[in-house]
Amino acid sequence: MVVNTIHWFRKGLRLHDNPSLKDSIQGSDTLRCIYILDPWFAGSSNVGINRWRFLLHCLEDLDASLRKLNSRLFVIRGQPTDVFPRLFKEWQINRLSYEYDSEPFGKERDAAIQKLANEAGVEVTVRISHTLYNLDKIIELNGNQPPLTYKRFQAVINRMDAVEMPAETITSEVLKNCVTPISEDHDEKFGVPSLEELGFETEGLTTAVWPGGETEALMRLERHLERKAWVANFERPRMNANSLLASPTGLSPYLRFGCLSCRLFYFKLTDLYRKVKKNHTPPLSLYGQLLWREFFYTTATNNPCFDKMDGNPICVQIPWDRNPEALAKWAEGRTGFPWIDAIMTQLRQEGWIHHLARHGVACFLTRGDLWISWEEGMKVFEELLLDADWSVNAGSWMWLSCSSFFQQFFHCYCPVGFGRRTDPNGDYIRRYLPILRGFPAKYIYDPWNAPDEVQKAAKCIIGVHYPKPMVNHAEASRINIERMKQIYQQLSCYRGLGMDASLLATVPANSNFGGNGTNPRAVCTVTNEGAGGSSKDPSVQVGMSQTERAQSVQKRRHEETPLESSSKSWKQSK
Amino acid sequence: MKRGRTGLKSQCQIFPSLGERAKRPKWMTPAQDWGNLPHHVVLQIFQHLSLVDRARASSVCRCWNDVFHTPDLWRKFEFELNQPATSYLRSTHPDLIQQIIKKHAQHLQYVSFKVDSCTESAEAACDILSQLVNCTIKTLGLISTARPSFMDVSQAHFVSALTVVFVNSKSLSSIRIDDTPVDDPSLKVLVANNSDTLKLLKMSSCPHVSPAGILCVADQCHGLRELALNYHLLSDELLLALSSEKHVHLEHLRIDVVSENPGQTHFHTIKRSSWEALIRHSPKVNIVMYFYLYEEEFEPFFCEETPVTHLYFGRAVSKMMLGRIGLNCPRLVELVVCANGIEPLDEELIRIAERCKSLTAIGLGECEVTCSGFVEFVKMCGGRLTQLSIMEEVLIPDSSYNIEQIHSEVSKHLGRMWFPDMMPTW
Repeated sequence: MVVNTIHWFRKGLRLHDNPSLKDSIQGSDTLRCIYILDPWFAGSSNVGINRWRFLLHCLEDLDASLRKLNSRLFVIRGQPTDVFPRLFKEWQINRLSYEYDSEPFGKERDAAIQKLANEAGVEVTVRISHTLYNLDKIIELNGNQPPLTYKRFQAVINRMDAVEMPAETITSEVLKNCVTPISEDHDEKFGVPSLEELGFETEGLTTAVWPGGETEALMRLERHLERKAWVANFERPRMNANSLLASPTGLSPYLRFGCLSCRLFYFKLTDLYRKVKKNHTPPLSLYGQLLWREFFYTTATNNPCFDKMDGNPICVQIPWDRNPEALAKWAEGRTGFPWIDAIMTQLRQEGWIHHLARHGVACFLTRGDLWISWEEGMKVFEELLLDADWSVNAGSWMWLSCSSFFQQFFHCYCPVGFGRRTDPNGDYIRRYLPILRGFPAKYIYDPWNAPDEVQKAAKCIIGVHYPKPMVNHAEASRINIERMKQIYQQLSCYRGLGMDASLLATVPANSNFGGNGTNPRAVCTVTNEGAGGSSKDPSVQVGMSQTERAQSVQKRRHEETPLESSSKSWKQSK
Repeated sequence: MKRGRTGLKSQCQIFPSLGERAKRPKWMTPAQDWGNLPHHVVLQIFQHLSLVDRARASSVCRCWNDVFHTPDLWRKFEFELNQPATSYLRSTHPDLIQQIIKKHAQHLQYVSFKVDSCTESAEAACDILSQLVNCTIKTLGLISTARPSFMDVSQAHFVSALTVVFVNSKSLSSIRIDDTPVDDPSLKVLVANNSDTLKLLKMSSCPHVSPAGILCVADQCHGLRELALNYHLLSDELLLALSSEKHVHLEHLRIDVVSENPGQTHFHTIKRSSWEALIRHSPKVNIVMYFYLYEEEFEPFFCEETPVTHLYFGRAVSKMMLGRIGLNCPRLVELVVCANGIEPLDEELIRIAERCKSLTAIGLGECEVTCSGFVEFVKMCGGRLTQLSIMEEVLIPDSSYNIEQIHSEVSKHLGRMWFPDMMPTW
């Protein structure tokens, strides 16, 4: 029987470490690698031009690599549920493969496709290769709940089996006799579209700072490792003015699109570390970037409401302000705070900003200054940020807005001070906000405080050429800390009439409260439940017996009982 | 709970109404008629229901409706006033609000208003307040959940609404009116009617109150135990008034020190003797200070011994100031620093460990401390540190410790597992 295979690229846009592709090639007579482009996406969806361009680069790169193997990429317009039945018939398909997608929407989509495949008698091959581990196993190991603190997550990771080795790269040897039927009009029917064809205006578009594709990704990986080896230092580098700029060794967008396999990165890091540090066991912090990603994927995989506040069991319900005008100023870099505006400008122009810059603007939008919902910020990042995918983006925004994961909220990033401490000279500001070039370092972070002569000399009058600051940061942060305190006090069922002295104790202790996935809201009944009895103390929650309340308070106070292994080193690979 | 509710409802449908009593099966005695359940039983059940469910249940029959309006169920209420254009949250239904004002104003004892950033919401709150005549409210809270919209209400409107409650309640014990346009005359009215019962007054950021206004409260309300205000209202006279013989022990004093723009506010100093008088009178008082100042504005503070117990620096605070705190704040229990800078704070922390023997909680944001310095600090404090919230970037590895080692070293000295606070990296 002739075996005709389709490999469906979604993420995992690479030929190295692609186990689902590799496995499905075995015994196949024909292979067609497809990418499905939903026609509704471009233009209407929340994906900006940089994201599209990156994706198209990735697709072109894949196509080029496949050409070298006498194959091609097939880009197909349509929705998967419409496309597949047609292709199954037209191409007489009996095998379908794709990389496992852990996100709730992805799982739903794939379940529908699996069903169609079963009906058409098509064998489906799915493999995990977008994450280091099988996320379901992590959840299982944690008592069937995703770990809600990073510390707990690390402890669970320590008990997992070793990360699987990357699969062999697809080469002509791997392909053997498997061929791809290519028609004369392939480019017309299945070619990678251009930005113009997708409806984008490309006049004036500067060269991509982050070129997409597997080839670029692998090159960057080598450079990244070279730099680490040369420095012989695996500590987290100190933040300086340079860190803010796009780095030629930055890897996050490539990990997101799957141009770079996270497992390849993991193993190469491990090998390098062992070489440089003479076989010492690598510490957990070495894989920080990869583990954070893994953490958010794990937390999100079973939660379809992960990207919302309403109906999301792990998200604190915070009475955010609805203010489209203020949101627009933030999104478009018109807040009047040069630090914030420069970051948002870099984001819009290039598609990447340093993670501390992300913290700064996220804090400003939400719990720091504007008190606008993190969901709005998440949507803006989704549009502009190259490495923002659903799980990581939503998770990070919840984290940064102190909406989940038991974060202390006392630490507020000052939109003036933080930038000034990072880049005292202000070069970053001048680069992305040329209108402020004329300001001396002393005033470039708070130009509204500059005397008139300085503003005139800089040829930039605040309020005319550059906006005045949209909030008073001291006032805003003062109000917002009070709000956060109110919210967390309610969460911890603190219903006493007195004032709570401690700021730090307002946030429930990380461990038991969240470690086993207990909904932080479930413990506390909402106001107006129960009437507090007659003249009795209204602080008694009627919905909850006295013992229950005492127990929950006790639970909160205990520190984490560590899981078996307290050592943070990785298990040796088998 | 839900199962029970639907069970009850469907049961009610099975059981016939009064008119059809004759058709009921013989084994069914009148006592088993759901509509005839004793009041206190229905009341108990209602106390476990949410307001929405209770409201629904109240339309089942007259008896249940009566229970719904039992005074005991209306002692405590939180009015939520939001506009769809400015908030994602729902509002308390206007019909319900009307019902409460009509039937239950006199039952309300613990009342709060939560308003969003829209002026309309704050005005609606004031309207309700104005109608709470004939009430015996004990606790009142005016809470803005986002921007302080009470400040946008006309001062006259606000003050007249507030004084309705002040005059009529005569038994107010706890009042929270932060970020409102309350003024000295309204405080006078408060005092004239509630001086015997007032225990808690939270009024941070009320710009229309003067030091004389708050002094009047301290002078007359001898039961006042908890007070929150801004620094400009704090005076030597106030501290002395709170320490007078007739006055109860003060339990909690919260002071917000806020500056609008650098150099624009002048901060007066409080005499050491005034602080001493306060501590002599109330040795266990918590003195909580929140600072939102520019670095150069800290000069007037902590030059002499200051009995503060909880300190929060919401902006950057200088190394020198942290040094002063180590020297002059022997009662310090909690220190939280949002940001400092890029010079290690080793010395300052160690001095704080030495001299602030009551310190049990510390939080450090954007600061730097060498790992060795930090270990030294933790060693000196030992197990008394119940809250140690240090951002990961604060700790600078040195020749003695790197990031991995520090966590186990610190855990050892604390006697429990400890990790720094982390932030996601991409």
